[in-house]
Amino acid sequence: MIRKTFESEIQQVKDEVLLLGSMVEHAIIGSVEALKKRDIKAAEKIIAEDKEINKKRFAIENQLMILIATQQPMAHDLRLLASTMEIISELERMGDYAKGIANINIRMGEEPLLKPLIDIPRMAQKGADMLHRSLSAFINEDVEAAKTIPMEDDEVDALYNQIYHELMLIIIQDPRSIERANWLLWVGHNLERVADRVTNICERTIFIATGEFGEIKSSDDEFWKGQQVQHK
Amino acid sequence: MQNTQPPEYAIETKNLFIFYGSFAAVSEVNIKIERQKVTAIIGPSGCGKSTLLRAFNRMNDFVPSSYVTGEVLLHGQNLYGSNIDPVEVRRRIGMVFQKPNPFPKSIYENIAWGARINGFKGNMDELVEQSLRGAALWEEVKDKIHKSAYELSGGQQQRLCIARTIAIQPDIILMDEPASALDPISTLRIEELMQELKKNYTIIIVTHNMQQAARVSDYTAMMMLDREGSRSGTVIEFSETKRIFTNPKDKRTEDYVTGRFG
Repeated sequence: MIRKTFESEIQQVKDEVLLLGSMVEHAIIGSVEALKKRDIKAAEKIIAEDKEINKKRFAIENQLMILIATQQPMAHDLRLLASTMEIISELERMGDYAKGIANINIRMGEEPLLKPLIDIPRMAQKGADMLHRSLSAFINEDVEAAKTIPMEDDEVDALYNQIYHELMLIIIQDPRSIERANWLLWVGHNLERVADRVTNICERTIFIATGEFGEIKSSDDEFWKGQQVQHK
Repeated sequence: MQNTQPPEYAIETKNLFIFYGSFAAVSEVNIKIERQKVTAIIGPSGCGKSTLLRAFNRMNDFVPSSYVTGEVLLHGQNLYGSNIDPVEVRRRIGMVFQKPNPFPKSIYENIAWGARINGFKGNMDELVEQSLRGAALWEEVKDKIHKSAYELSGGQQQRLCIARTIAIQPDIILMDEPASALDPISTLRIEELMQELKKNYTIIIVTHNMQQAARVSDYTAMMMLDREGSRSGTVIEFSETKRIFTNPKDKRTEDYVTGRFG
């Protein structure tokens, strides 16, 4: 095979992306787990590990720059390398959401949780699972999977919706709970954004494989429409 | 040849085959080359790129056994029509070769000579200066235009050949690997020059350097042997350069531009 060296360097980049992805997955699950247990030490560890995520992202970016400069990628190779640049930035942002959840955990201090966490860990699990599969789709350039995974965003949105209404109800019943409710709402929002970014990864995967840019319809618009109706 | 209403396309080929004896070196080429654009012809060695390029100004006529079938239309007129003078074709369609080939004469005479035999009666000094300026060479040679062209560097000689070509005001300039014998800086000069030249001329370039094709051309014709085991080349994909290098349609083009062909 010609371009053996280039092929193996591309493979290395893909391996690194998977590694970055697993660090982010771990951070998402870990941040919610720490919140559930109100484990401040674990939250601090998540924040420290986010630095590693950022470092890894810059290392991959550097690798990509060198490949672009030295190998002059064209066509599929070019789409792959340019899109990988986008994907690692999505992953890093997802890591920031996990860090945000860890920060909320720390800011809550001694305050107990407003309610036992049930739907929030479900959201985290679902988001992490979607992320995992979206990266497999990216590695295998599986267009079918890349098209269907974003559909599951509806489930995440439904959970978020549920959390939102539940927390609103609690606030109405006891306005003193506003701050604590708001923290959890924030956590839910971060997890909802994780799933949105999975959609972006899937869009990139489709572009790499087909050369076609396309936005996968997000159910978010529906979500916000739903909120407006209820305010009226 | 009469210059009728300038069409959108400088050259159009219709079912063009180019033969050497009984062997079709190039088969079934149907392309339309847009005016005042740079069109690159790329493809592996031996796929007929230069043969196709040379068919555009009847240079293949010099190979005794060669002939074409089909049509090459310039302004709607078939260059291989029975009433066509090949010398006039070559005046209208100039060519720059891989290796700079100035005449063993002064810089000035290199330009004046062709113009003179083509019946140029105007101000020769002006024409020489204009042509050298057009080829981005004037500033470097204006103080020594009566010196031998052989005193110039390779890159300068190549620009002199371009100046010589534009002195007779062709419609189209064909370039066969015009920078492959030049160093990187001279290469970039020629590439920049092509962007200037396309404001007035249509340029068709054959190049092995894919990055060069990507940099300089608006359209790219990808040539390849027409089928496995065949020795006959054809254009397998012709489209905008940006398309060819980001998302080609043909798997063989993809393999070639990503360096996986062969």
